[in-house]
Amino acid sequence: MRFDQPADPNAADQGRVLGRPHARIDGPLKTTGTAPYAYERHDVAVGQLVGYPVVSAIAKGRIKAMDTRAAEAAPGVVAVITTLDREPLPKARMNVVHLFGGRDIQHYHQAIAVVVAETFEQARAAAALVRTDYHQDPDARFDLAAERRAHQDDEVEPASRVGDFDSAFQAAPVKLDATYSTPGQCHAQMEPHASIAQWKDGTLTLWTANQMVAWSRKALAKAFDLPLEKVRLDSPYIGGGFGAKLFLRADAVLAAVAARATGRPVKVALPRPMIANNATHRGLTIQRLRIGANEDGRITAIGHDNTTNTPPGGGGEEATIPTEHFYAGANRLLVHRPLEMHLPESNAMRAPGDTAGQMALEVAMDEMAEKLHMDPVAFRVLNDTQVDPGNPERRFSQRHFVECLERGAREFGWSKRNRTPGGRRDGVWLVGHGMAGAYRGSPAQASGARVTLKPDARVRVETDMTDIGTGSYTIIAQTAAEMLGVPLEAVQVSLGDSDSPVSAGSGGQWGAASATAGVYAACLALRERIAERLGAEPGDLAFEDGQVRHGGETTPLAGIGGDGDLVAEDRIEFGDFRDKDYVLATFASHFVEVGVHAYTGEIRVRRMLAVCDAGRILNPITARSQVIGGMTMGVGAALMEELKVDTRYGFFATHDLASYEVPVHADIGEQQVIFLDGEDPCSSPLKAKGVGELGICGVSAAVANAVYNATGVRVRDYPITLDKFLDRLPRPA
Amino acid sequence: MRAFTYQRAASPQEAALAAAGTDHARFIAGGTNLLDLMKIEVETPTHLIDVNGLGLDTIEATDDGGLRIGALVRNTDLAADHRVRRDYGVLTRALVAGASGQLRNKATTGGNLLQRTRCPYFQDTNMPCNKRQPGAGCAAREGASRQLAIIGASEHCIATHPSDMAVALRVLDARVETIDGQGRTRHISLADFHVLPGETPHIESVLEKGELITAVTLPAPPGGRHFYHKVRDRSSYAFALVSVALVLRADGSGRVALGGVAPKPWRDERAEAALPRGAGAVIERLLDGARPTQENRFKVTLAERTLAAVLAEAKE
Repeated sequence: MRFDQPADPNAADQGRVLGRPHARIDGPLKTTGTAPYAYERHDVAVGQLVGYPVVSAIAKGRIKAMDTRAAEAAPGVVAVITTLDREPLPKARMNVVHLFGGRDIQHYHQAIAVVVAETFEQARAAAALVRTDYHQDPDARFDLAAERRAHQDDEVEPASRVGDFDSAFQAAPVKLDATYSTPGQCHAQMEPHASIAQWKDGTLTLWTANQMVAWSRKALAKAFDLPLEKVRLDSPYIGGGFGAKLFLRADAVLAAVAARATGRPVKVALPRPMIANNATHRGLTIQRLRIGANEDGRITAIGHDNTTNTPPGGGGEEATIPTEHFYAGANRLLVHRPLEMHLPESNAMRAPGDTAGQMALEVAMDEMAEKLHMDPVAFRVLNDTQVDPGNPERRFSQRHFVECLERGAREFGWSKRNRTPGGRRDGVWLVGHGMAGAYRGSPAQASGARVTLKPDARVRVETDMTDIGTGSYTIIAQTAAEMLGVPLEAVQVSLGDSDSPVSAGSGGQWGAASATAGVYAACLALRERIAERLGAEPGDLAFEDGQVRHGGETTPLAGIGGDGDLVAEDRIEFGDFRDKDYVLATFASHFVEVGVHAYTGEIRVRRMLAVCDAGRILNPITARSQVIGGMTMGVGAALMEELKVDTRYGFFATHDLASYEVPVHADIGEQQVIFLDGEDPCSSPLKAKGVGELGICGVSAAVANAVYNATGVRVRDYPITLDKFLDRLPRPA
Repeated sequence: MRAFTYQRAASPQEAALAAAGTDHARFIAGGTNLLDLMKIEVETPTHLIDVNGLGLDTIEATDDGGLRIGALVRNTDLAADHRVRRDYGVLTRALVAGASGQLRNKATTGGNLLQRTRCPYFQDTNMPCNKRQPGAGCAAREGASRQLAIIGASEHCIATHPSDMAVALRVLDARVETIDGQGRTRHISLADFHVLPGETPHIESVLEKGELITAVTLPAPPGGRHFYHKVRDRSSYAFALVSVALVLRADGSGRVALGGVAPKPWRDERAEAALPRGAGAVIERLLDGARPTQENRFKVTLAERTLAAVLAEAKE
């Protein structure tokens, strides 16, 4: 079905199952360790071998030679396949660097061989025996700050230009001009990239952990020059993705190459110390923010100039994204400068662009409010806009940002905040309060599903949609239960199989709204099938309690299709009115209280509050979990996470989970999430939007602003570790 | 991980004898550090001698009023021992500040003393590291050195010793008890146990080939109030940027050792004389001669401020 205009009241509005707080239906499988994750699917193919990657020891250059003799002679080894054995595998559009093949080294820890053996231990031991000679290319660039200095005067076509920024900024009575930096960040998802590959009768099957089954199926077909129907992916459970598993990665390619070479199924997982450099990361940024305002606080000019790293051909971290639409202001200039460097591949990580961008923008807003002697909440309220600031014809479909701010301020007790930076003590702790706004676009993607009504009135939903820990299984089951009037327990959901209808997949926080809309469409199609059976008009039917009411009659769903299944399939396609006539986005406010140890500078988050505006919340439990997770990740980005670049060797030195620190429970006291009641008819038939990426946006800035408020010291270089402000932290009396 | 042979020794002396007579042998106790390093081939022993099950896992009172802690006593058990909690509080505090519950359940007293540095260049076999490969050079000195040593290091190595437990043991004047293959025992003051890197950073302790730690002994309780303040980038499961172990007596005298700043627990008894004059005076003496990198210069300030925090806490 087409979604060509804002949704009317419809069958999904009843709120019997949708919108209710159901615990995730896949929870028991996960808490009992019985959900089959990719690497542990021992039952899907007989005779599995294990592949262990060999990765490059240099960041840029060429391989002169590889000696695999010792590895081949090692116990249990079945095959050693090197990058010299083949030309680079054709890569899909979404990948920036080549994943395997050829002599060229594009980045540190690039996969250059896979050693295949009967056991993991044998493969790992033999992999260490592969000897590689390199020719290092001295013409390599690893230092973003140095590259920025070299390119700061380059003429770049602005990403967006509205009005006359330069003149307006010049003329503004109150101005801020500040530069912020954010480091590379690692998704650090719990489950590493992992795949099992099998070639059988010309078909390549991949049991894997992938967020976007259809994209990666295509990418795999391209890599191995296969027709699409000769490639199958199955990715039912994914132990975290955050963008790390959006695209085909080396685990999949190495498994497929090795399985073809050995004629047996092969599984490959990326060892943790390889993930940071072999796979993708959120790119580094250096961002200059300039904001000009009138004395009354109205923004007149806003400029955002972002520099970021990318391998040749990529886009880097597009941190200017939030500044395009978030706040009012007649004169705007956004410049995005992806600089070609030779670090590993920067690519999507949770709310790409927006996360890093708001780490800077929302601190700049705080600094600007201070210059204006305004409450930062009031400053944001004043500069709210209900239309696209660059094109006032386009309205926000829904924008309750002001309500997020005001509700948050009330619930948090913002009026009782510390008003003097560095001025409040609680024992040895300096106490500070900070807030930030949050913005994330709300795109949608076409999404299909097949729904089957069984003779016993059980319902099966099949779609290649993925659940990366987000709750997709549950909200999809809720959608079918709502639409067909059956209990949630009667719905069985199959996800992640490329044999199922193609869905939106999990990315860009479009998954929840898009995939449930696809299931809605398929359920409507099934209702038509049922109506045919009953000789009734679909619109005259009411589905409830496992029965269909039509006219004065009630028919049980059980047996309505006789002894057979009733099957219907459909797909939702989103019309361009969403983007042409409207801006669709999600909003939040974040409020944070931190304690900063007055002596040592140790930072602890005492409490956090998020107030979110994201249309209809399909399941408050799973949505809350997503936002809590995003807030936690935002604390990590603010205070500790950093892929530390060694600018001499060109690699991320913090490439394990001991050195790349993410928050622990003890770092954060209390987290609270409030969802505003709302429905956005422009978003989808279910009037829902995503929250998974909204949850991380703005969080780090709120923490940073709270640290400033606690200490009186502004740090513009993330992560805010104590070494960056200790020498400026007043000594306790 | 390379293939290795494995042996379960029947006695400490047998274990020591086996280690002395076998090239590339390592003792394995809890394995929390050794196994990780074997997986990434930073450690490549060809023979492992298992010293679990040798009866080295008890804590006993000594005749001089102290404690004898078996080398295989797990960190969790040591931290929870009522005598340790009562009389050597700094040790319990340091232990529970280290690693995670799961790791402390496995990690042993002897193994903790011998754990290897967390320097990122030591952990990545593609990088030059004199500790891993003598003569290869040190990538850390001009690299990612934020976590690394500011004192006691050399131009060949700036690794820190990662242990919290050892810092507490240092202020408690602990001694390390060992046995060799001939059954000879010796007692080594913890002050002398770890050696500074100099030109031989691959040598980290005074242990001879095959010499096995059998126990750590503590003298009679030092009295005073005990503190351990560990500063790190997150609240748990992270190595110290700086840690301070302090035993402070009512008259203002006391003992101080620092973790996270040097290749060994860092203590200088002469600096302790300055305790009544405050943290600045102590640290000035204790870190005299520090040669920090640009990235870890903050540790000098942090050490002083952390000691000041502990001294302020002691006044409350």
